[in-house]
Amino acid sequence: MRQDTIRLPGPAVAPDPGPGAVRPGDLTPELIATDWWSDDAVSRAGIPVVDVPFVSVGGGIGSFVTVDYLRICGVPTSAIRVLTQLESPWESYEYLTRVSQIPRGERLRSDSASCPDNIWGFPSYAVREALATRSPRSLWNVLVEPILADYYTPKAGQAFESMEREHDRIDYASTVVKGQVRMVRRRVGGGYFTILIPAEGTSPTRRVAYRSRYVHVAVGYPGLKFLPDLMEYRERHRDYGSVVNAYEPHEQIYQRLAAAPGTVLVRGGGIVASRVLQRLIDDRDARGLQTQILHVFRTFVTGAHGPHVWMRRRGGDGWAYQGFNYPKSVWGGQLKARVRKLEGQERAALYAQFGGTNTPIRRNWQEQLRRGRRERWYHAFQGEITGLTPGPSGTVHAALRTANGPQDVQVTAVIDCTGLEADIREHRVLADLLDHGGAGRNPLGRLDVERSFEVRGTRSEPGRMYASGSATNGGYFPGVDTFLGLQIAAQEIADDLEALGFCARLGPVRSTHQWWLWARGRKI
Amino acid sequence: MLPTLNGRIQTRVFVLLVVGGLWTLLVSPLIGQPYGVTFVVLLAVVVLGVGWELLYHLIQQFRWEKDWPTLFGLLTAVNEGALLWALISAGAVPGVPREVPFGAFLVQFLSTWIIVWLVVNGPMRVPFVHWRFRGGRLI
Repeated sequence: MRQDTIRLPGPAVAPDPGPGAVRPGDLTPELIATDWWSDDAVSRAGIPVVDVPFVSVGGGIGSFVTVDYLRICGVPTSAIRVLTQLESPWESYEYLTRVSQIPRGERLRSDSASCPDNIWGFPSYAVREALATRSPRSLWNVLVEPILADYYTPKAGQAFESMEREHDRIDYASTVVKGQVRMVRRRVGGGYFTILIPAEGTSPTRRVAYRSRYVHVAVGYPGLKFLPDLMEYRERHRDYGSVVNAYEPHEQIYQRLAAAPGTVLVRGGGIVASRVLQRLIDDRDARGLQTQILHVFRTFVTGAHGPHVWMRRRGGDGWAYQGFNYPKSVWGGQLKARVRKLEGQERAALYAQFGGTNTPIRRNWQEQLRRGRRERWYHAFQGEITGLTPGPSGTVHAALRTANGPQDVQVTAVIDCTGLEADIREHRVLADLLDHGGAGRNPLGRLDVERSFEVRGTRSEPGRMYASGSATNGGYFPGVDTFLGLQIAAQEIADDLEALGFCARLGPVRSTHQWWLWARGRKI
Repeated sequence: MLPTLNGRIQTRVFVLLVVGGLWTLLVSPLIGQPYGVTFVVLLAVVVLGVGWELLYHLIQQFRWEKDWPTLFGLLTAVNEGALLWALISAGAVPGVPREVPFGAFLVQFLSTWIIVWLVVNGPMRVPFVHWRFRGGRLI
C-alpha cells in the first residue's frame, strides 16, 4: 500500500523474491509470469500443496458470513480454509468504527434485521436488545420507524458480541489459517491455487499453495486514501497531528480542544462527519468547552432533491438525508430487483442517482446542530479548501473558496471526513486477478461479478471463484459493503454452490431446523 | 418490509391462507361463527387485499427508500377492516349474512391481522430464508 493510503490492521505487504534470490519453496519467475499453473510447475518450485475444497481469502466479516452460510448448509470445517491476517473477522471493521467515533457502546448505521451472526435476521437486534435489557423501547422503535422515530440501529458491541458467539458455534477457528495471501491463479485441470505467505515460524517454506475447487475473495476495502491537499500539507510541513482524516486515530485533536478553546474545520457531508460533529458537540456540552466548528460541504444540499417526484431524497442544511448508505429497498425490494436487470451505463447511472454522500437524519444530531447554528458556534457552508499552511502557535491556516468568495480561516485542526476509496488495483490480490486471473471491471470500475457473485472471466472448470464485499461495488446488487449485503452475497454463493453439489439446499425444513439449532446455541 | 408488487401479492395470499387459515380454524368456535362464514371473511381479505396492495404499491413509489414501514403494515388494518365491514353490512360479500355481529367480525379480523403481521415481520424468514431478499416473493 502506498503512503497516501490509510493503514488497516495487519502487517505490511511481504515482498516478492528478487531475481536470483529464489529459494526452494518460493515463487519462481515462471510462476509469477504464468496465468495458468500446472501441478508440476508448483511442485518444481518446491512449494508445498494443501488440498481443500473451499478457500476464502480475507478473513473479515465477508469471509465470516460466507463460511457461516456454508456451515449452515452442511459444509464441514475440514472442507473450508480461511486465509487471513486478522485476529478476528471483525478486527478491521471494529478498528474503522472505533476511530470514526463508534466505540462498542455507540450505534452503527445498520438495520435491526441485518445480523451477521444470524442469516435469518430473526430475532432481530431490536428484539434481542429488548429481551436483554427487559425494556420494550427498542421494539417500539422498530414498530414506529422511520415515521415517528429514527431508524433503530444496533450498538456496535451487540454486533461484535453476537458475531463472537456465532464464530464459536460454527467452529470458525478450525477453518482459519494465518498468513498473507499473495495471489490466486487458475490451475491447469481445474480449480485454483491460492498462494499463502504463512505467519512467521509456522512453515518450513516461505509459501504454501492451497489447491481448491472453489475460491472466495473477500479482502475488504482496497484502501482508504487521503485527499491530495491533506497529503501535501502533511508531507511538506511534517505536521501529522493537526490535519487528519477521520478514519485515522485523532484523539489528540479532541484533547487539544479540551485543553484550550479552539476552532476546528470539518470537511464532508457523510455519516463520519455527523459522528465527528457529535463528538465535538458532546465534548462541548459535557466539559463546557468553547469549541467553534466550521463545516465545509463541497455540495451544499438545501432541500429535497432527485430527478422526479418518485425519486426524491430528503435534504437540508447542507446534508442529503438517507437512513442507510443506500435506499433501503436495495437490500431486498424494488431497487434490488431493478438493478439486477441493468447493464453497463444504465446501471452506473442508477448507482449515481441513489449514491452520493449522505447521512441519516437523527433527532439528536438535528438538535445539536440547530443549537449550534442558533448559538453561533456551528457554521456550515458550501466551499472547498484551496490551501493549507501552518499558522502561528500550532494552528493551521486554511484558504477556502466559498460561494461568497475566498475566505481565510485559522483553526486548531482540520478533520477530513471525506473518504476516497482506493482503486481495486491497490490491493495486491485484486491486481493479480486483473493481470493474470481473467477478472475485469464493472461499470463502476470495481471487480466485475455475476449475479451469483462469481468473478466474471475467472472460471476454471469445474471450479468457481467468487468475490463479495466492497471490491464488487457496482454489480447487479448494490449495498455489497454492508452486513446485509455480505449475507445476500453469501446466499447467492451458497445457492450457486448448492447447484454444483457442494452444499445442501437451504429449503424450509433444513432452514427451520438450522434456525432452531442457532436459537438454542447448539454447535454445528 | 421491502416488497415488490409481485412479492406483496404473493405474501398476502400465502400468509393469509396458511397462517390466517390455521387461525380461522381455531378462532371460529371461540367467536361462535360457522366456518362457512369465517372462511369467506378470510377469503374476502385475500381478494380485496390484492386490490389494496396495488394502492399500497403506488403509495410506496413516493417513498425514496421504496420501503413499507412496519407501522403501515399494522395501520392498514383500519382501512381494510372498515371497507370489509361496510361491504358485509351492505350484504355485498356472498356467503356472509348481513347480521354477522360486529364484535365477532372485529375479533376475527383484528386477531388474524395481528398474527399475520407478526409472522411477516420475523418468523416468516425462518423457513423462507430467501423471501426477504426477493421482495416477498415465494416463487
